[in-house]
Amino acid sequence: MAQYAWVIAVMPVLAFLIILFTLRRIKEKAAYVAIAATGAGLLLSLGVLATVWGGRIFTYQTTWLTAGKLTLKIGMYIDPLAAVMLVVVTTVSLLVQIYSIGYMKGEKRLSWYYAAVSLFTASMLSLVIANNFLQLYISWELVGLCSYLLIGFWYEKKSASSAAMKAFIITRIGDVGFFLGLALLFVNTHTFDFSAVRQIVAAGSLGAGTLTAIALLFFAGAAGKSAQFPLHVWLPDAMEGPTPVSALIHAATMVAAGVYLVARSFFIFEAAHPAALQVVAGIGAFTAILAAVIAVTMTDIKKVLAYSTISQLGFMMAALGVGGYTAAIFHLTTHAFFKALLFLGAGSVIHGAGTQNIYEMGGLLKKMKVTGWTFLIATLSIAGIVPLSGFWSKDEILTEAAKSGNYIILGVLLVTAFLTAFYMFRLYFVVFTGPVRDEHAHESPAVMTYPLLILAVPAALLGLAGSPLLGNWFTKFIALPGAEHIAAAPDYLMMGLSTAAALAGIGFSYVLYGRRAVTAWSVVNSLSSFSWLNTTFVDKTIRDGLRVTLGISNGLARFDTRFVDGIVNGVGGVIGTFSRYFSRANSGFIQRYAMRFVIAFMLLAVAVYFVLVR
Amino acid sequence: MVPLQYYIIMSAILFTIGIYGVLARRNAILVLLSVEIMFNAVNINFMAFSAYITPATMVGQIYTIFAVASGAAEIGIGLAIILLIYRGRETVNVDEVNMLKW
Repeated sequence: MAQYAWVIAVMPVLAFLIILFTLRRIKEKAAYVAIAATGAGLLLSLGVLATVWGGRIFTYQTTWLTAGKLTLKIGMYIDPLAAVMLVVVTTVSLLVQIYSIGYMKGEKRLSWYYAAVSLFTASMLSLVIANNFLQLYISWELVGLCSYLLIGFWYEKKSASSAAMKAFIITRIGDVGFFLGLALLFVNTHTFDFSAVRQIVAAGSLGAGTLTAIALLFFAGAAGKSAQFPLHVWLPDAMEGPTPVSALIHAATMVAAGVYLVARSFFIFEAAHPAALQVVAGIGAFTAILAAVIAVTMTDIKKVLAYSTISQLGFMMAALGVGGYTAAIFHLTTHAFFKALLFLGAGSVIHGAGTQNIYEMGGLLKKMKVTGWTFLIATLSIAGIVPLSGFWSKDEILTEAAKSGNYIILGVLLVTAFLTAFYMFRLYFVVFTGPVRDEHAHESPAVMTYPLLILAVPAALLGLAGSPLLGNWFTKFIALPGAEHIAAAPDYLMMGLSTAAALAGIGFSYVLYGRRAVTAWSVVNSLSSFSWLNTTFVDKTIRDGLRVTLGISNGLARFDTRFVDGIVNGVGGVIGTFSRYFSRANSGFIQRYAMRFVIAFMLLAVAVYFVLVR
Repeated sequence: MVPLQYYIIMSAILFTIGIYGVLARRNAILVLLSVEIMFNAVNINFMAFSAYITPATMVGQIYTIFAVASGAAEIGIGLAIILLIYRGRETVNVDEVNMLKW
């Protein structure tokens, strides 16, 4: 079964091509083509998951191109991690595409929307099954491109096209690091293949310095894609895209690619100097708490969720940083479902209420029953309430942090867990409870609510797969080959602490926003300076950095056009002049040719006479 | 017997006349005729040398007969080309025909 995994990635490509070549004619039917491709992909993915059930690993590869001694391969590396990612990507993508039928109804570029989503799905799947870093990098850039196309879907809006460019450029900054890391890796190992690199690293022939450099450069790429501080500024702006796109790309799948990259190359991080993982943990934890604080101050429903995503990605990075490989992947998986649910719920709310400002909503639970209740499930899940998904995965991260003995990280993450519960319930209370502010708000059509209901199942229950109740089954399934299995004994202290943090957050937000006992503005205002730090300071620093880069680029471009091109054009010009002069000899008049022939012959005869005969 | 030098001088004169005709004449048919004159100068040389150096065998004479035959064939092709050029361009003036450029 696993050898057909590439079909999963190829089908959305076909869907993309079909839609692209019939862009004008296909109209709404584009949705069915894309959904069929992804749906079949989901079924196949489940088959692949079943094949690797016992923790087996399949690799397939074929030669892509040969250039001299260099042979580049493409292939698949299907291990439990890849299989899980396949299922997550196809599931979320499928539900988002179905949901989009309702959300994007009447959009004039609907077929293009589905083409881009199909291309994204294909790229993301190819990224997940890649068996070498080069293929991963190519897919990595492709998902970046699709993200750009979809953020700028409403490109008539200035803010949308700027946001698309911002996202592209800022992730590019990280990608340059990733690319340099790849180059450094290839120079030292002469291969991109995961298994081969793993063997070389395990053999210890690479210096710790080189490995640390590679690891940190890879992390730069991951930080760009997964919106880690200070490259996180693009993600909130990316909310200019259609909400289903935000759910698919900027919450569930693409932004997880950074975490996936670090997880895939985790053996490099482990072999590198411990500082590499400490950097990952530090930046992850800092991002988690910074984004959580900012999320408290946001009033746009999508922005709150965007910062929440950044915060949760920080959680995953921090987990990787403290060595919690499986915990990070576990959280990635559960987060994909509950965050996709939150975003799709938010889309449904925007669809029904016609605004994105949470203070213009209120009491929507009465108007939008399905959306409200599924949103509540996702909110409880992300806040970390027993026994929902988010609780188990977050708990595992906290346990890992505690086990690593890094109590600063643990403390930061606990505070973040509290803040997460706080801002999520702030969102919930403001939007769904209290007095009804908009009488016209209405529930979304069934094509939008059913995906919510379906997503609510994994958002609530998936965590049980990795919970101590089932003996940490997921953790064992996903664990690195050769890694010791984590003790199944549940850490009740950590569970208690995280539940306490979550309950405190919920209670706090209930007092402020549910009961409105205390006026919330004073609290929010005191936090807004963090928001300033983010939007003004980081943005400005990046802008200045870009300006310097642009200056250097312009200088180099001038050197290139004046000097390098000057040499090339000069040489060409001189030869061209000579050629034009000599080509006049080629007149086409035979008698002139014959004349030259005779004259030359006579000269030759004279020469022969003087040289040989005399 | 006529000395060999006379044959060679005769042949050289004919050859030079031929070269002059090829280089100076504007009419393509006359150019072709001049080529024939040069051709015959060569044939005279062939036979003269053969008669003086290897009188027993007639290699030069035989060779000349071959050369005359191929010369006839060549002139046929040459005239055919000139005819086609004339049909296409209404002229056989070689100064107006520079198609060999391409």
